Parts: sequence; structure tokens; C-alpha cells
Amino acid sequence: MSRQHDVKRYPGFGWLTIVFFAWLYLPLLVVVVYSFNANRIAGVWTGFSLDWYAAALKNVPLMNALKTSVTVALIATAVATSVALMAALAIIRGRNVRFRRLSETVVNLPLLLPEIVLAVASLILFSLVGIQNGMLKLILAHSAFCTPFAFLPIRARLQGMNLDFEEASADLYASRWTTFRRVTLPLIFPGVFSGAMLAFLISMDDFITSNMLASGGTTTLPVYIFSLIRSGTSPELNAIGTLMILASLILATIALLVAGRGTRNT
Amino acid sequence: MDRDKAVEVRGVSKSFGSYQALKSVSFDIGANEFFTMLGPSGCGKTTLLRMLAGFESPDSGAVLLNRREVTSIPPHKRRVNTVFQSYALFPHMTLEQNVAYGLENLGWERAKIRARTGEMLERVHMSAFASRKPAQLSGGQRQRVALARALAPEPEILLLDEPLSALDLKLRQAMRDELRNLQRDTGITFVFVTHDQEEALDMSDRIAVLGAGEVQQIGTPTQIYEEPVNRFVADFVGETNFLDVEVLEAQADRAVIRSALGTFEAPATKLMQKGPATLSLRPEKINLGDQAAGVITLDAKVISQNYMGGFTHYTLEAGGVTLRASRRNASRQGDLVPSGEAITIGFLPASARVLAS
Ligand SMILES: Nc1ncnc2c1ncn2[C@@H]1O[C@H](COP(=O)(O)OP(=O)(O)OP(=O)(O)O)[C@@H](O)[C@H]1O
Ligand SMILES: [Mg+2]
Repeated sequence: MSRQHDVKRYPGFGWLTIVFFAWLYLPLLVVVVYSFNANRIAGVWTGFSLDWYAAALKNVPLMNALKTSVTVALIATAVATSVALMAALAIIRGRNVRFRRLSETVVNLPLLLPEIVLAVASLILFSLVGIQNGMLKLILAHSAFCTPFAFLPIRARLQGMNLDFEEASADLYASRWTTFRRVTLPLIFPGVFSGAMLAFLISMDDFITSNMLASGGTTTLPVYIFSLIRSGTSPELNAIGTLMILASLILATIALLVAGRGTRNT
Repeated sequence: MDRDKAVEVRGVSKSFGSYQALKSVSFDIGANEFFTMLGPSGCGKTTLLRMLAGFESPDSGAVLLNRREVTSIPPHKRRVNTVFQSYALFPHMTLEQNVAYGLENLGWERAKIRARTGEMLERVHMSAFASRKPAQLSGGQRQRVALARALAPEPEILLLDEPLSALDLKLRQAMRDELRNLQRDTGITFVFVTHDQEEALDMSDRIAVLGAGEVQQIGTPTQIYEEPVNRFVADFVGETNFLDVEVLEAQADRAVIRSALGTFEAPATKLMQKGPATLSLRPEKINLGDQAAGVITLDAKVISQNYMGGFTHYTLEAGGVTLRASRRNASRQGDLVPSGEAITIGFLPASARVLAS
């Protein structure tokens, strides 16, 4: 890149950058800072305290909601990633070229639909079919809407992978299954991992569908937090928020490390 | 003799959409042969090779490997290995693991695999790098590992798709000899694909010249170069001068022709008809000046010259036609003939060839 075209040299670049990051992270910073505030009233700093963290961790409904969320997210991630992997293999590596674009669009379409529509549709379907179990409903719905998110990075990785490797494997006497296990999967693993990560975060983050399907005992974390806010804000929320930010940072770091390892391989 | 056929390609056709890549191609490859498929880009060489490996299936016709029809047998069940043009070394495996991969799939014992892998890496001088990943190698080193990986399972046939094209000139030269030696030592049938005619002439027992999806000629390097059967082969393999001539009298494999260079008898392709034809006369068959010796001699004028070091290419005018000739620079001084200068040229009619137009 030539020096003249370096964006850093545009007038106002520095200021814009500061404003942008402030706009993005200031609210988060406020949450983190006040989670350590001894005072009950937000905005009045009276001293450092970890009381709100203790309160959050002792809050039984909160911990139950967290458990529900993690359970649903883990199962939905496993299901969505497996389905997405199989779909990507069939669509990208399959021989039937005619329906390739159509199939891809069908898999991705839920990304474009408003979530509220999908949520209502799930609700209606479940009552039509007569599924009663709240947990099962959540898992089924989450698995479905997480699939396109898992699909995107897997497809990208598979599409970028040279066919020669799989042909070389077959040439060296590997059956289709061996080729998948020893060549295809290791080479697309960073894509599969990103897909799973994305699916997990989307599931953890979901509010609309989970709220619609929620019944006693199947309250997810976002749904529970929302109910807390309706009964008035509490500094405990700041502590919960800070813990969630921390968890996200850890996940994002792992994802970056895995993706970095993958790009160096090919 | 039938027992000795390693590959039989019988009337194989292949179309991609409306484009016919192969038009009823037939040929045999003998066991232990170094067989080369030579042709310009897009003539169907890779397609044919992929059919032997099993990655592509013919629309019609049949492929036999060691007398066994394999048209519907998948790649992993054929005792054939490929050296890919891209090498296709598995990036997530070490060189050792790459070479061992085929042996593991064949169910060899652990100890045998280790011994064979070591032996193969030794053979291509890559033992010191055994635990490296392919990304840490140069192009030439990758090429050698790809060769070791393909030879390790002792295939009946080794397929090589332009394996030397990514290497620099010096390395290419060395690899030619190395490949040739490997083929002699192992006795494995090599099917080699290239668009480089020099490579083909240098290495092969026999060459199949492919053009426009068809086999144009099959023969030894000398036959291909000295006795091309048509204009395409004469033009693609080596350099040549084409002259319009008239056949006055045709025999089995000779013809009397009238040309701008005189009337004489020269070798001809079979079934030559009286009437218009083409004469192919290669530049190095035309002798110049003091080197001019031959039955036919003519006066010529130098138009231009290209000094190439070992020899010089001349463009000449003789008998009203333009000819290209090359002369060995036998001594340092006085070899270059300046433009505009008159010079005597000579050639043997037996070194020319009459082709159908
Ligand atoms: N999968 C494919 N789909 C469509 N066309 C193809 C396909 N494979 C090959 N072709 C066409 O068939 C023709 C022969 O291809 P092939 O790869 O065999 O050529 P080649 O002789 O190996 O050429 P090169 O020297 O450039 O490698 C080309 O015109 C190519 O465009
Ligand atoms: Mg090719």
C-alpha cells in the first residue's frame, strides 16, 4: 500500500477512531465499573465492593436460567453444526450441480427472515404436533435457527479447500469415510469450529424465540435477565453483565486462536 | 505380447457440456514403459490421466488396467498412484505421515510402514526433513516428496501430471534424469503428461501426441520427431519450415516433389496422393556456408539472425521462400553471418518429409 493512500493520513482519522470506540465500548465500561460499586443506586459511586457478584452467584433462579441456557446451547450447537456440516458437504462436494444454489439459499433463508416470524411459526408447529416438553421445544427451535449460522463458515472453508487433497487421498487407497476423517475434516476444522462457536453464541444470546417458548423451568438467561429489568434495575445486573462480557471475551479469544492456527496450515 | 499391456484405452470419448474434450481415443501402454502424453494446453491430457486414476469416467469406451476393465472402479481400489501437478501434499501432516498415508490405507504393518517410509524419503533425499510439514519446503522438495508418496505403495502404474512444470530450469533438468532412473529401477509403468516437447523427447520410451481431443501419433521419440505423420505433429514437436509443394509421383513411403527448393525425392507419409502437399524441413537439417553439405545446394541471402550461444538461428531467403535455419557455433570467430550477406545452403532430401496438406 502506498503511503498516500494510508487511511491513517486522512484528516480527522484519529478523532473518528476515538469517537467510534467510545460509542461502542462506553456503555460496557459503565456496566463493568458499576458492578463493583458498593452503592445500590447506579451513578453514585460510594466504594469498591464484590457484593453484587456474590448476590448474583447466590441467586438460584439466575443460576437455573444459566444452566438451562448452557444446556440448550450445547445441544443445539452439536445438532446445528452436524446438520450444517452435512449440508455443506452435500452442497459443495455433491455432484448434482443443478440444485446447488437453490439448496444453499434454502439453508440460509432463515437468516433473512425476521426472527419473530420463525418464533411464532415454531410455537404454532409445536402446538400442532403436540410437543409438551419445554426443554425439547427450546432445543428443537434453537437447533433450527442456529444451523444457517454454523453453515456459513463451514461452507466458506470447504469452498476454499482444494479438491486435489481429497483426490490425492482417494488415490492413496483411502475410502470415502477415511478421506473425510483424515483429510477433509482436519482441513476444514477451523470452519467447523467457527460455525459451532457462532451457533453457541447465537443460542446463548437468543431472546425472542426463547421468550415465546418459555414455560416454568425453561427460562433461559436472557429471558430471566429481561424479567429482572422489568421489576426494576439492580446492580446485580451489572455483575451478571460483566461476567457475560468476560465469558464472551474468553470464547472470542479461543475462536481467534483456532482460526489463526487453521490459516497457517493452508 | 498381450499379457504385457499395462493400460488399454479403447475408444474413449468425453464431453464437458457441449465441448468434446476427447474424441474416441485409443492406445495401449506396455508394462514397464515410460509413456508420455504430449500435447498443447486443453487437448485433454489431464482428462485422460484422470480417467486412468478413476477421477473421471468416460462417456463411452473402456479403460483397462492390467487386462482388467476398470471403468467403474473407484480411485481407491485401483493400484495406480498419481503425482499431482499441485503435488497435493496434505498440509496438516508431516512428510513422514504423508508418505505413510497410502500404506496405512492398504493395511500394512506398522514396522513395514516405517521401514518403507524411511526408504522412500531416503531415495528422494528428503530423510532430513521427515518430520517437517509441506509448507516448510521448497517447490522442488515438495515435488520429490509427492513422488515418494506416490511410489511408496508400489503401484502398478504411476501417473504424473506435468510434475516438472513448476520447477526452475536447472532443477527440471536434474529431475528428468532422476525420474528416468526411478522408472528404470522400479520397473513401474510411468504415464507422464507434459506440454513440453523437449521433456517428452528426452525421457520417454514412447510418446502419444494429442491434439484437439484425438491421438495424432504414437511412436518413439525419433519417430515422432523425424517421421511426423501430419502437419500438427511436425509443427508441435520441434521447429520446422513448411513449404507448399506438388507431389509428382508417390510411392509407399516416398514421393517425388516439385518445390521452391527444387525437384527431388523425399520420405513421405503413407498413402500420399499426387497434387498439392506440404514439405517439412527442420532448421537444423539445413546446413549453412562452410557447413553446407548435401545433395541439394542453393544460394540464399541472410535476412536476420538470433544468436543463442551454442548456435545461431538464421532467417534466410532462398528460391523465393523464407526459411529458418540453425547453425552450430563451432568456433568462436567468424561464425556469425551478417544480414544481407549471400550464403550457400544445403540439405539432404532424406532429412525432409512430405506431409498431406
Ligand atoms: N470439469 C470440467 N468441466 C468443464 N470442462 C472441462 C473440465 N475438465 C476439463 N475441461 C475441458 O476439457 C478440455 C481438456 O482439458 P484438460 O484439463 O484435459 O486439458 P490438458 O490437456 O490437461 O491441458 P493443460 O495442458 O492446460 O493442463 C479443456 O478444454 C477444458 O476446458
Ligand atoms: Mg492438464
